[in-house]
Amino acid sequence: MSTPGTPASTATSGALAVRVGVDQRDVDVAFEVAPGETVAILGPNGAGKSTTLEVISGLLRPDSGHVVLDGRVLTGPRAWVAPHTRRIALLAQDPLLFPHLSVLDNVAFGPRSTGSGRRDARAIAGRWLGAVDAVDLAERRPAELSGGQAQRVAVARALAAEPRVLLLDEPMAALDIAVAPALRQLLRDVLVDQTTVLVTHHVLDALLLADRVVVIEDGRVVEDGPTGVVLSRPRSAFAARFAGLNLIAGTATGTTTATGVRRPDGTVVHGVPADPAPRPDAPAVAVFRPSAVAVHRVAPGGSPRNALPVTITELEPLGDLVRVRSHDLAADVTPAAVADLRLAPGLPVTFVVKASEVDVFAS
Amino acid sequence: MRTSRTRHVGLPRWVFVPAVLAGVFVVLPVASLATRITWSDFPDLIASDAALEALELSLRTSSASTTLCLLLGIPLALVLARSQSRWLGLLRSLVLLPLVLPPVVGGIALLAAFGRRGLLGEQLDAWGVQIAFSTIAVVMAQTFVSLPFLVVSLEGALRTAGERYDVVAASLGAAPTTVLRRVTLPLVLPGLASGTVLAFARSLGEFGATVTFAGSLEGTTRTLPLLIYNLRAVDADAAVAMSLLLVAVAILVIGLVRPRGAS
Repeated sequence: MSTPGTPASTATSGALAVRVGVDQRDVDVAFEVAPGETVAILGPNGAGKSTTLEVISGLLRPDSGHVVLDGRVLTGPRAWVAPHTRRIALLAQDPLLFPHLSVLDNVAFGPRSTGSGRRDARAIAGRWLGAVDAVDLAERRPAELSGGQAQRVAVARALAAEPRVLLLDEPMAALDIAVAPALRQLLRDVLVDQTTVLVTHHVLDALLLADRVVVIEDGRVVEDGPTGVVLSRPRSAFAARFAGLNLIAGTATGTTTATGVRRPDGTVVHGVPADPAPRPDAPAVAVFRPSAVAVHRVAPGGSPRNALPVTITELEPLGDLVRVRSHDLAADVTPAAVADLRLAPGLPVTFVVKASEVDVFAS
Repeated sequence: MRTSRTRHVGLPRWVFVPAVLAGVFVVLPVASLATRITWSDFPDLIASDAALEALELSLRTSSASTTLCLLLGIPLALVLARSQSRWLGLLRSLVLLPLVLPPVVGGIALLAAFGRRGLLGEQLDAWGVQIAFSTIAVVMAQTFVSLPFLVVSLEGALRTAGERYDVVAASLGAAPTTVLRRVTLPLVLPGLASGTVLAFARSLGEFGATVTFAGSLEGTTRTLPLLIYNLRAVDADAAVAMSLLLVAVAILVIGLVRPRGAS
């Protein structure tokens, strides 16, 4: 039970253990989230992602399984805690701001509902509007906001309720491509130390926001591991199709227009800055698709290209193409190219990718 | 949803003929009332003691029954809109019964329950409480026939609004009563307002159930519609004048809180 005045020490609370069994939808998934951790749930439509969130938030009672938060059973065979006392906030792709309340009163709704006085609640709301850079919107009605503004306010409203766990259900899906990066950056900033479960279709959301990725397919967990590992070396079909990205971590080099990532061995992968933009000498990650990688027996010339000397570790069919793997990196080539170049495991080759195909993110 | 003033698929022209006919059919009789009256006598006719007393009683009882409709009807509409019981269909049909029942039958039913020898009335009588043929009976008769109007429009509004905002409010820590007070009801305020107006208007015009269950006692149960019916045979001019008064009150009520466009 939440008591008003409980300090919101987020980093030490929010340990979540979930097992969801819903017979009718053939869902049986289990995973854990450590305090302060952000876990992304990836998976195709109908895989059971939303069902999982409904069970965690207490909207759906599973046939079997449990939801345990900080040692307290919220959902279980003989336990049931009502949604409003769980302190688990939900943010969906539709911001769903209360249309009859001002932006400030929307954000003050959580504190007000959990026992704060009107003035205290508004002070808390003002602070959270500041955190999402929306103080100037405080007096507006939700109908007067753009999609991006409304979602920023919805983030503030969810966090102002001081949830132990924040559930994000595709929070960027309904946004303009132009404003999604700004919200993603905002979430990166505010989700530090906030236990979060993020359902997404978007690899970039997982890459930039999540510490860990859980892939659900056909109602089962098929992968569960650190984001970098799952996204660069996916084992499941879904992750391979939707992720399967090449990720190279290091420190940022260069300027705001031309940038790169310096690997621990000193070599630099050149690319273009993406949002959130890397800062020189800060941790950064270079991201490029396997289909953007060409495989050469001999390193070609040409300055705007990255040439990465590698040794092939395996070849695997991927639809019409062949995925050529070298440890963490992959290139997708045609079967004809494999035959021409006589590619085989153990062969030293060069992976070539244009700098314009490489996105460099702050990490 | 408001759309621009483009013509959608054109209506067939002949539709306008019966449409205009329908409008005339409603407006013409009401307008004719104004031609049946000697305007110089009008102030005296509606300012008679009996008329003023009946008008006051009508407004008082209609306000009371509308309040009762709100107190009972809001919770009922909430249950009908949100509960998932399989008995809901049956419950809804029963509640809507007064809508299709002849009001006289409603009055007889009320007598059967609360009359001096009624199901509950006998016990109430033993305690010295007599409901039938009192002002309370007028209010009960009006509530009986008006309640479905409020419940139907509010339930419709609740279903249209959906539960998504309620879910968000609960996830922010709001207890069910807080959700109801701060989110659910404010969102259906237009539907609630139009339901209230409909219930009030229906109470104001109530005749059949009232005359059966409460009788037509001057000062205690003779509301304006009952007075008009009584006068019709003995003083036709006065009856017309008071009818006009009731029309004016009805127009005023609808004009004050007109159900605004969207549904």
